[in-house]
Amino acid sequence: MAAGRKKKRKELFALGNEAVVEGALLAGCSFYGGYPITPSSEIMEVMAQRLPKNDNGVFLQMEDEIASMGAVIGASLAGCKAMTATSGPGFSLMQEHLGYACMVEAPLVLVNVMRGGPSTGLPTSPAQGDVQQARWGTHGDHSMIVLSASNVQECLEMTITAFNMAEKYRTPVVLLLDEITAHTREKITIPREDEYEVFNRVVPTMPPEWYKPFEETVRGVPPMPPIGSGYRFHVTGLTHDPNGFPTSRPEEVADLMERMFRKIDQFLPQVSLYEEYLCADADVCVVAYGSVARSAEYAVEQARERGVKAGLLKLKTLFPYPRAATEKVMGHARALVVPEMNMGQISREVKRVNNGRATVRALNRVDGQIITPSEILKAIMQV
Amino acid sequence: MKQGVNLERFEIRLSGLGGQGIITLGRVLGAGLALGHGYQVTQTQSYGPEARGGSSRCDLVVSSGKISYPKAQSLDLLVALSQEACNAYYSFLKPGGILVLETDLVRQPPTNLYLGLPFTEMAASKVGIVQAMNTIVLGAISYLLPFVEQRIMRSSLQSALPAKIRDVNTKAFNLGHREAKREFGEQPEIWKGKPEEREGSDI
Repeated sequence: MAAGRKKKRKELFALGNEAVVEGALLAGCSFYGGYPITPSSEIMEVMAQRLPKNDNGVFLQMEDEIASMGAVIGASLAGCKAMTATSGPGFSLMQEHLGYACMVEAPLVLVNVMRGGPSTGLPTSPAQGDVQQARWGTHGDHSMIVLSASNVQECLEMTITAFNMAEKYRTPVVLLLDEITAHTREKITIPREDEYEVFNRVVPTMPPEWYKPFEETVRGVPPMPPIGSGYRFHVTGLTHDPNGFPTSRPEEVADLMERMFRKIDQFLPQVSLYEEYLCADADVCVVAYGSVARSAEYAVEQARERGVKAGLLKLKTLFPYPRAATEKVMGHARALVVPEMNMGQISREVKRVNNGRATVRALNRVDGQIITPSEILKAIMQV
Repeated sequence: MKQGVNLERFEIRLSGLGGQGIITLGRVLGAGLALGHGYQVTQTQSYGPEARGGSSRCDLVVSSGKISYPKAQSLDLLVALSQEACNAYYSFLKPGGILVLETDLVRQPPTNLYLGLPFTEMAASKVGIVQAMNTIVLGAISYLLPFVEQRIMRSSLQSALPAKIRDVNTKAFNLGHREAKREFGEQPEIWKGKPEEREGSDI
């Protein structure tokens, strides 16, 4: 090979779930603990094949989803980039430990491939019913990063992004897919090493006796040593002081809570990911995410052919809700259409941001079928 | 890989019974079109407990450009390997779309405009393994579709299979292609691109 010539990118014909694994391995994931459930099972299957082949890779099948999340938090504290994947009922079981991960600030990635619910629900049909649960599912006031992906290449990219955000902000990150994205096969391109960024967590550099595990820093994110590296610290789900020990002193509690919100909120522009498609002059704008965004894209093209200036705002970050992006399209769009495979979990956010300025039309479907382009087109033409 | 023909949005549905290898067929066809021929392809499938023993379905959308909506809506090609599947999906065929049938299993075709071969019987008598039926179908489809090159699809098939069944599947693929050439006659008129676009096609 001639010098300076770049290596050819590897192409695969892969499922969305398989792309998640590719992304996780590129991001440096070294621990997977989980319990299989459709439509997320392929993530676990492929992980079981691939992860043990890595030098430091550990794959664990746990007895249930509660234990899976416990294992992932443990691995994360031990210095691994750790993840798990689940769906509907499993996601409910993981909520308790998700809160624990928020409290101890353990970076981890949780992939939830949404299927119809509540409870055992619709195995295995697509839905987007876990959006607000991903944000508010665990109890107590907390900040949460929730991402989504709409096609197979994005599954790979957003998994890398999820790991990076988790490590950067020391927080659990939820990646929401739906059954269609997870079970569609498409051509994906594995990026070369110099084409994607991997963020590794910040470890303390001070002598161990000076280290305070939950101390205030400029970014709001304290450095995190792997357990066993000489830095001793206490980890608890109780509200804790900068040394990690339980406290109920109001000023210490307030400091902790405010820092845990601030560490994400102050980076809102970096965390808010979205794509605009034909938005610049749109009269009617569709706000969509996940597989529905693909239907919406098709509908927007058809509406343009019929002379309606339509556009698409595709959300890649669902929470913190990309407020600025929505406000920008509302500047010129007189109506917003929000198609979702639930009863209106993101249209609620859109309406909150909109605050009466534009017409917001929610288009909901909860019968386990994808929203078709023609349904969205009809809504665009009506408003 | 250069694309032979410029495609707008070409929709294929493969349907039949669970166990016939429909999904595998779709996966190999999809991989061949995406990796071998360089098209954009999305492949989706029916997914649920009813897929085992009941009906099975696999959709492919092929395009030269980006594919927005990943599911098939109006079909250019419907392959029905059971009567039930034929009844269920015939109405999704767009006007002028091509219907390919398993003539032993679809006793009552909904129209006289179809192309058919007894794929299962061919697999049993000529290949010796009935499971190779889906590969015969792949061979036949590779003949029908003007944007598929037999050579590329065959090597894609071979790379998707473990070594011990590679030879028998190659045989089945060639059989399907040969029989389709003989029985189906000319490639369907409506799919033929402009002559210059069809250059490089060795069929």
